[in-house]
Amino acid sequence: MFWNKDRETMSREDIENLQIELLKEKIEYAYNNVPFYRKKFDDFGIDKSSIKTIEDIRKLPFTTKNDFRDNYPFGLFATDMKQIVRIHSSSGTTGKPTVVGYTKNDLETWTNLIARIAKAAGVTDEDIVHIAFGYGLFTGGFGLHYGLEKIGAAIVPASSGNTKRQIMLIKDYGATVLVCTPSYALHIAEVAKESGIDIAKDLKLRIGMFGAEPWSDQMRKKIEEELNIKAYDNYGLSEIMGPGFSGECEEQNGMHIAEDNFIAEIINPETDKPVKEGEYGELVITTLTKEALPVFRYRTRDITKISTKPCSCGRTFAKMSKPIGRTDDMLIIRGVNVFPSQIEEVLFNIEGVSPHYQIIVDRKGALDVATVMVEANANLFFDEMKKQKQFLDNINYELKSALGIDVSVKLVEPHTIERSMGKAKRIIDNRKF
Amino acid sequence: MNIQDYKITQISVFIENKKGRFYNVTKTMKDAGVNIRAMSLADTMDFGILRFVVDKPKEAYDALMDSDFIVKKNEVVAIAVKDESGGLSELLNTISNLDLNIEYMYTFVNALENKAVMLFKFEEIDEAIEKLSTANEELLKEEFFRKI
Repeated sequence: MFWNKDRETMSREDIENLQIELLKEKIEYAYNNVPFYRKKFDDFGIDKSSIKTIEDIRKLPFTTKNDFRDNYPFGLFATDMKQIVRIHSSSGTTGKPTVVGYTKNDLETWTNLIARIAKAAGVTDEDIVHIAFGYGLFTGGFGLHYGLEKIGAAIVPASSGNTKRQIMLIKDYGATVLVCTPSYALHIAEVAKESGIDIAKDLKLRIGMFGAEPWSDQMRKKIEEELNIKAYDNYGLSEIMGPGFSGECEEQNGMHIAEDNFIAEIINPETDKPVKEGEYGELVITTLTKEALPVFRYRTRDITKISTKPCSCGRTFAKMSKPIGRTDDMLIIRGVNVFPSQIEEVLFNIEGVSPHYQIIVDRKGALDVATVMVEANANLFFDEMKKQKQFLDNINYELKSALGIDVSVKLVEPHTIERSMGKAKRIIDNRKF
Repeated sequence: MNIQDYKITQISVFIENKKGRFYNVTKTMKDAGVNIRAMSLADTMDFGILRFVVDKPKEAYDALMDSDFIVKKNEVVAIAVKDESGGLSELLNTISNLDLNIEYMYTFVNALENKAVMLFKFEEIDEAIEKLSTANEELLKEEFFRKI
């Protein structure tokens, strides 16, 4: 299902022409309205005449999270506060929060982009949508809310917290669509089962729209089985708008990027040079339609890949894969780059492994030691020590082949790994550098 | 002879090698009014496998499951051995001659006068019971553990 079929099925050539056009416009707009960009563009000798082909975007300097911090709170805004109608910001756990603003038109754009990804996931005006994202400064709650409302679905703005109560609402109000983080979706399934709910019979859920944290295809399978739904991924970050940047269609093998509103590039995070199409690298995003806060070449730190191959759904927008990690989540263990998602993939391929795991990294002497804690259950427990050891050795072996380094697996008792309401805490790095 | 009578239910519990976990298991059994007849612990650095034979296996199993322990039920064979020098050696010789594979074993003392009881987990329990009774070993029935 489409929301703006004309836009979503434009030819690649038309997309590129539109992008060049909008990029030139935004360069001029930012130059005239944001001192930060004026200085940067002057330093780099950039003006709108610098852009002739889409590749010319590489002449522009990058924007990073630090630029947001340095211009805290409103220094990057291109409009005065009279035009701003909404403020969102990041949690700011690692310093000052990142603040973003929206004009009326920006909210309209955002709403439409969410409507697109919701339609692509098969949501209709007959659906009842339970939103368990936190409502507040976080863009997830309000972002999804208005787009889903726009297509005419009935919204239950449950926000986050109190899982038992969430399940009661999902059941009693007959929710057909669930919106939250993928790890929270699994937690809901777990708590529902514990409270004696027969998910297939008692709940009417059919679609899940999950985002705000990386998750693997194995995790998708698990969520789909446990909750008896189709689970769709979507992606976005507040700095460039919020969710709605990209979302999956019925193919469920990549998220179509709203290329009429953004330019996506994939670069090698070490060399800053573009990678070949289909190769993994850091996603870099330029906004083409934002009024309040135009952003050029924002370094997302998310590692993904992009493909422009035609999709059976008819959309012509390029597809990005599920991010496999973040440049800053990347663990360097004994000199080897390790993404938590690689560990997750190995674990979820083992029959009966619980979706709750945690990676603990310590330094013993000069050596890094990584331990993967996995919750045991009856499927993973053998009465004989020999078989138990064999089972653990097997996981160790699989992890070693996937990661290239030794990590040890430790079985822990059920419910000992902390459950999260928002983003799951997968890594505990105890090393002191 | 009914082979089923000689299958003794054993309960195994996974415990993390952490302070208080063993106690929690025994406390759960106590609260369920279960008496532990025989017990063994196999442990590693990180975790242990506790194995029990109890007077009320069903109650014990349910209580442990309700308390979120990871529990498995399986079957072992109980054999009486003379409580004197060479008693166990003789029995193991028989088992070896009968070509039976032992997965693990543990003792249960003071159960019978002048005799000890050994609990065996065999690879093939039916075969073991049949062969051992033909070899005139004294096997104990499950009901023995209910009474004592």
